[in-house]
Amino acid sequence: MIPELGHFALIVALALALAQVAIAFTGARTGNSALLATVRPAAIGQFVFVAGAFAALAYCFVTSDFSVLNVTQHSNSKLPVNYRFAATWGSHEGSILLWALMLATWTFLVAAVSRSLPERFVARVLGVMGLVSVGFLLFILITSNPFERLLPAAAEGEDLNPLLQDPGMVIHPPMLYMGYVGFSVAFAFSIAALLEGRLDAAWARWSRPWTLAAWCFLTVGICLGSAWAYYTLGWGGWWFWDPVENASFMPWLVGTALIHSLAVTEKRGTFRSWTVLLAIMAFSLSLVGTFLVRSGVLTSVHAFATDPRRGIFILLFLVLVVGGSLTLFAWRAPRVGLGSGFGAVSRESMLLANNVLLAVAMSAVLLGTLYPLFLDALGMGKISVGSPYFDAVFVPLMAPAIFLMAVGPVASWKRAALPELWVRLRWALGVSVVAALAVPFMRGKVTPMIVFGIWLGFWVITATCAQVIQRLHGSPQPTLGGKIAAQSRSWYGMVLAHLGIAIFILGVTLVKGYETERDLRMSPGDRVTLAGFDFAFKGTKQLPGPNYSVVQGEFEVSRGGKPERVLYPEKRTYPVSGQTMTWAAIDTGVTRDIYVSLGEPVGDGAWGVRVYHKPFVDWIWAGCFVMALGGLFALSDRRYRLRKQVTEAATPAAASASA
Amino acid sequence: MRPRTKRAVAIVAGVAALGVAVALVLNAFNSNLVFFFTPTEVADHKAPSGRPFRIGGLVEAGSVVRDKDALTVRFRVTDTARTIPVVYTGILPDLFREGKGVVAQGRIESDGTFHASEVLAKHDENYMPPEAAEALKRAGHPIDKSAFAGQKGKS
Repeated sequence: MIPELGHFALIVALALALAQVAIAFTGARTGNSALLATVRPAAIGQFVFVAGAFAALAYCFVTSDFSVLNVTQHSNSKLPVNYRFAATWGSHEGSILLWALMLATWTFLVAAVSRSLPERFVARVLGVMGLVSVGFLLFILITSNPFERLLPAAAEGEDLNPLLQDPGMVIHPPMLYMGYVGFSVAFAFSIAALLEGRLDAAWARWSRPWTLAAWCFLTVGICLGSAWAYYTLGWGGWWFWDPVENASFMPWLVGTALIHSLAVTEKRGTFRSWTVLLAIMAFSLSLVGTFLVRSGVLTSVHAFATDPRRGIFILLFLVLVVGGSLTLFAWRAPRVGLGSGFGAVSRESMLLANNVLLAVAMSAVLLGTLYPLFLDALGMGKISVGSPYFDAVFVPLMAPAIFLMAVGPVASWKRAALPELWVRLRWALGVSVVAALAVPFMRGKVTPMIVFGIWLGFWVITATCAQVIQRLHGSPQPTLGGKIAAQSRSWYGMVLAHLGIAIFILGVTLVKGYETERDLRMSPGDRVTLAGFDFAFKGTKQLPGPNYSVVQGEFEVSRGGKPERVLYPEKRTYPVSGQTMTWAAIDTGVTRDIYVSLGEPVGDGAWGVRVYHKPFVDWIWAGCFVMALGGLFALSDRRYRLRKQVTEAATPAAASASA
Repeated sequence: MRPRTKRAVAIVAGVAALGVAVALVLNAFNSNLVFFFTPTEVADHKAPSGRPFRIGGLVEAGSVVRDKDALTVRFRVTDTARTIPVVYTGILPDLFREGKGVVAQGRIESDGTFHASEVLAKHDENYMPPEAAEALKRAGHPIDKSAFAGQKGKS
């Protein structure tokens, strides 16, 4: 009964989404206030029914209803309850439903929060979001019904892929999807603005908080995925340039360009067409990512789908969305105007350079991700593009972008003078160069890449500090507290996010430059020394687990004869699927991780063992979280919240009421 | 400079910078492409000798031999028509099994053995690595069901 109710709720949601689109566009064209007043209820109703369908599927999973095919294929009654719940989005059907739920949630939020915006504009925004929703709900109902019954019901489920039985599975996909789908709001705002023919500062200000929110979710989502890969795959890597990772990284790159471009459009009125184009690109890349991961064109840990109908549907949808919005762009953008000009050295020019670099980096990732698929589709052979390509391309493209990132906020709008920039930043440059030379010498290994990476990280930190000092110094407030309080949260957000990038760069440089690893054969009683740590292998023992059996190794880690920590890496076997999983044991520290994982038994009680020492690896994720925190700060800026009162004060009625 | 000359200079500089970036990207792309070959193609000397490539197929049952005191392992990869000996030093992925699909990256040495630098496991148990499935198909043995370890009900 519950699955049928869920299926029915999806159909109702589709009807409501169609109604939402029809009412919104008719209302926006005619200005009929009765119609315009119905758009929000339709959007909220759509959200309620999609959420109901999702709840029905989650209920089937949690109660292990094996008469539902999807549950049978991706869950098991012995699975702990949190993973039974997370298994809701562990399948292709479930994750597309999660996508639709996220879209409905964003639609609901736009409908609920945007009461101060012009009615016709909001109607167009909700209309565009409704169109996207129609596409996805149709996709679910036609090709990927998650509620399909299995008759007769199975006695037991086939289990969730062991790789997905992890706390990361509970939180990573919702965060990532929230980010992916969040760009649909910026997209809808842009399309609505193109339809109205008004791309002004107000439009940019309305779009900014939504774009920032989506960007924060995406940043955290990617970061969690990276951390998850680090500790579960047992390889100790944190980024593999796997197509699935690239699929989430491309919208991030464009989204990062977009939040900066929006800032320029709001403050200066320039870059309007470029901003719209970025908004279209960010959402299109989210759809490309969905296509890559969901259509089964890739085969990797995340790709569970094999049905070609699905791929064709998403591809058609993609062509419609991208083609339609680019056509609209080509038709309307020339009328939008260019805004004021700016000098060759100015904050605008640096932001533009960074935008272009981010876009080129995204294209490079796109090439490396799609080219092998094209060749394969054309029957021209199978190739793969390995991480050396991405590494070789990314460093030279991102290095100038990061250099400029530190200079841009110090430069003035419109026209900046190089001598003045030099005066403002010479101390920052000096300190960063000294640090870049001192740190590698202290650690005892100096290579050009390490020096360069550390310099870049410190350059961002010192230039940002210089900017903070000069900004506070220039504040008219008499006290330091007053000076600090006088700055806007969006400025603090930027400072934090830029510092996050610096922390990230330092983490990447230090771990790439100074990590040590050994793969070796160890028998019980063997010892190995790595980066000053002494690892003694005590042996293994069998243990029971909740829905798997465990072979647990014991390693005593000591340093200079003093015991430091005992690590217990595991090899888990899941009897239902017959799969084995490596569970690395990691001792996390601020300045280093120690990482031990068991390979396989190699005879006579000996094991293949992988031992790592990874300095500063946690800074990579810490940097991402600081970036997202910066985004949150910027999001909470007063001018986004004050908007409502300002608009009200502008109307005569409200003005007289407050007088 | 007049504004017009200035704008022209800016555009030329922008296009030049973009050209350099594109050249850089394409060059890196070209030198990092890894091609795939089936065991039959490797046996027929169609694979390059100086450049790394990928080989895919099944791990021949009973072919896995481990060194006594190191992490070196030897096995044979087959597409059911021809087999290629492979040697690898390191920890094998969890999904490596005899009789199952495998993809390895490395180069062929003068002894005719494929020296793998990497054994890949970017597939889950339900699916054959696409390269391995391709190798079997080209050898005229399209995917044998038993090669899909833990193949699930729906097919």
